[in-house]
Amino acid sequence: MAGAVEERPEFRTAGQVRGQPVALVDLLDRLLAGGVVIAGDVTISIADVDLVRISLRAVIASIRPEMARVLECEEADL
Amino acid sequence: MSEADPREPSAATGFYVYGIARDLADEALGDTRGVSDAPVRLVEEDGLIALASPVSLTEFGERGLRENLEDLDWLEATARAHHAVVDAAAAHATVVPLGLVTVYRSEERVRRALRERKEEFTDALERVAGRTEWGVKAYADVRESQSTASAGGEGSSRPGTSYLQRRLVQKNTAEEERRKAMAVAEYVHCQLRDIAVTTRMHRPQDPQLSGEQGWMLLNAAYLVDDTRAQEFRETVTHLARLNPGVRVRVTGPWAPYSFAVEEEPEEEEAWPEP
Repeated sequence: MAGAVEERPEFRTAGQVRGQPVALVDLLDRLLAGGVVIAGDVTISIADVDLVRISLRAVIASIRPEMARVLECEEADL
Repeated sequence: MSEADPREPSAATGFYVYGIARDLADEALGDTRGVSDAPVRLVEEDGLIALASPVSLTEFGERGLRENLEDLDWLEATARAHHAVVDAAAAHATVVPLGLVTVYRSEERVRRALRERKEEFTDALERVAGRTEWGVKAYADVRESQSTASAGGEGSSRPGTSYLQRRLVQKNTAEEERRKAMAVAEYVHCQLRDIAVTTRMHRPQDPQLSGEQGWMLLNAAYLVDDTRAQEFRETVTHLARLNPGVRVRVTGPWAPYSFAVEEEPEEEEAWPEP
């Protein structure tokens, strides 16, 4: 709860070197939503891929309603 | 599918491709193994290098994938192997990670993909060169409204009213805490966004997977010039100290998973309304 962030092992060790153990949930954020998605030779049809992804989403990202929010930077000039 | 499709015999071998790199020496990966504990090969074509390893098309064919992708243990093993290869390469060269389970039927097919998509891969490599992805998550431990809160009208002669008043005070307090926590997360994000080249929001994480009991306020990725990495990390530390009610965690350095594809602005999803 306290903000003594430097006491947390995750924070203390992160960002020093590559090869640190990573949390599966952080990795899945990136591997399922990120990366270049190109059609390899083994392709499930687009609709099927979506189905697979949706069922994965159910496991990895069931969203709790109280998390609702949109971040907006006021002077959004991007 | 595999039984009906002669191109996918059960014993066939394909190639799993982890990412695309350039200027990566053969020995850079050392003894890093890929999925199925297979040795990783560098398939070079016209200046681009695919990080690849052989896989069984029984396991990584269409039918196999359909089943395996639903298996969290298999998914974890594959995701970690994918990451190990990408991460090892990213320590030495610019890498554009590919999505999970990109599989080709032969090395020649991998080469063809490198030729056909040369422009797309080259653009992506340019975009992430000299930059690193960092993750920042923020949580608040907002009290549930039924907790403690002895505020309001204990000695009232009208118990019903005092109960309602008490509930109202509790509700308002909880809402105020949430509002403040959200404002802090917004401030953290906006400060970090100013340092980053670009950002991407990930979805809030499932507490069952993250083990986090707090309310997740922020799950963002930032692509940061390596010359500003130190400033970025110091700013995270500073922001975390500034706001003791909100826990801030940084992860990374990551290969640029979240920035391998240029995101169209409208793709950024609003988190759902309560």
